[in-house]
Amino acid sequence: MRLRSIYTDRIASRLMVIMLIAILCMPLVIAAGLFYKASPLLSSSSLWELIAGSAWAPTRGVFGFRPFIAGSLYVTLFAFLFASPVCLLAALYLTQFARARLVKILHPVIDILAGLPSVIYGVWGILVVVPLISFLAEDWFGVQTTGYSILAGGVVLAVMCIPYMLNMLIEVFRTVPAGLKEAALSVGATHWETVKHIVIRKSLPGIFSAFGLSIAKAFGETIAVMMVVGNSIGFSLNPLQPGYPLPALIANNYGEMLSIPMYDAALMFAALLLLVIILVINLVFRFIIYRTQLR
Amino acid sequence: MQSTIAISNLQVQAGSQPILTDINLEIPVNRITVLLGPSGCGKTTLLRCMNRLNDLDKGLKVSGRILIDGEDIYADGVYVPGVRQKMGLLSQRPWPLPMSIAHNIAYGLKLKGERDKRQITHKVEEHLRQVGLWDEVRHRLGAPATSLSIGQQQRLCLARGLAVQPSIILADEPTSALDPTSSKIIENLFRQLKQQYTIILVTHILRQAKRLADHVVFMSDGRIIEQGPPDQLFTNPQSPQLRDYLVDGN
Repeated sequence: MRLRSIYTDRIASRLMVIMLIAILCMPLVIAAGLFYKASPLLSSSSLWELIAGSAWAPTRGVFGFRPFIAGSLYVTLFAFLFASPVCLLAALYLTQFARARLVKILHPVIDILAGLPSVIYGVWGILVVVPLISFLAEDWFGVQTTGYSILAGGVVLAVMCIPYMLNMLIEVFRTVPAGLKEAALSVGATHWETVKHIVIRKSLPGIFSAFGLSIAKAFGETIAVMMVVGNSIGFSLNPLQPGYPLPALIANNYGEMLSIPMYDAALMFAALLLLVIILVINLVFRFIIYRTQLR
Repeated sequence: MQSTIAISNLQVQAGSQPILTDINLEIPVNRITVLLGPSGCGKTTLLRCMNRLNDLDKGLKVSGRILIDGEDIYADGVYVPGVRQKMGLLSQRPWPLPMSIAHNIAYGLKLKGERDKRQITHKVEEHLRQVGLWDEVRHRLGAPATSLSIGQQQRLCLARGLAVQPSIILADEPTSALDPTSSKIIENLFRQLKQQYTIILVTHILRQAKRLADHVVFMSDGRIIEQGPPDQLFTNPQSPQLRDYLVDGN
């Protein structure tokens, strides 16, 4: 009996280790697979040409990914600019000022928003955001636009990000110990001063990690953005112009134009780029978090 | 200036549950008053009423009066941060603010409007010396306060409280997280500080109360059962509750 329980114990712990290793290997396996499939493209053009080139002529075998990379970054930047102040202030209000009952009511609502399929946000974008941008651009700036634009992508992406970012920030602010706030109050800080000097400062690593995870998630978001961003190749700093983010490129074309030589490899390279950029975003935020924790 | 604290008819309720009932108390100036009693008897709640930290607990209803220098701190229109600056607070475990050692001391001064850098630097040194921490930290004033040992952190918190020039020190079981050596340092500091400050110390450690108290307030079930000089209370308890407590504590 004793021998049996020792064996069960051993098998169970081995199994857990194997599962863990399998999970950790997943991104490596995916990256290796993408690299393998993209390698024909990498051997025919240099990495710099691919990343920095802006010409896109698949039939002539010219693949420049700069407009796609820039489009992705631009949409994500707008989403971050719209979502982060909203989430920061809302999370501070909910955790530091509102009554506990309000948080109890709002939490399920935020969870529902986070669980909505992204295609619904896309439809909402087409029905509301795109026409609104088209109307306002003409009304305020006298600019004719269809509304399908980087800005529309940014707004839709921001709205998609909000429940996700908000949930994380609420958890971050909740973990600030009451004793710490009382320490500040007891030397004469007002409620707002306590929030500003203590709660936010103590939460900085958590705030950065919420931002980082949200940005990384937003960067790879596909369907909803693809539905409103216009999907036209080329890049302009004017956010009212359409763009073409990397995920949209892959989702729109994979399986359709594969008769063109190298197209398959190009799309795999796009996927690899996406993976690497998300990895870099994560690493940058890890570094920022590490630096803020040291203070 | 010396502050006086007088509490009359203080009641605290959580919903319909009474936490403190009929508290009437005068705290002697420049003495250590010990609030003694079993866990859950309302000592900490009483202490937190004095600097209105109880305001944070929205479920509590407070009635009655607490007069500090003759001013009712529960009256309408009272500026609560100002009330709190009259008292330094030391909690059960130290809560250094998430900033450097020097900034922890300077924080309260800056809140009070002190902008003169030389004056702030001078005050930082003065109050670190006051709690005997200066020699230990003088070379790393810019280091995070959390890098100090827990005993040093507690002294830093005391210095931070003293920096805003209070006249009262509220201490809520301030040695409960500390090792015996650090506890002794804090106790010795209290003995020195009572020359200038009125100290109110919450404890359930009978021996600590005997070592430090000039005036003892024994509480049980949210009421003050007995109060008076320690000699009288510890040698000749009048109530069965205190008698039982003394028997169990010795």
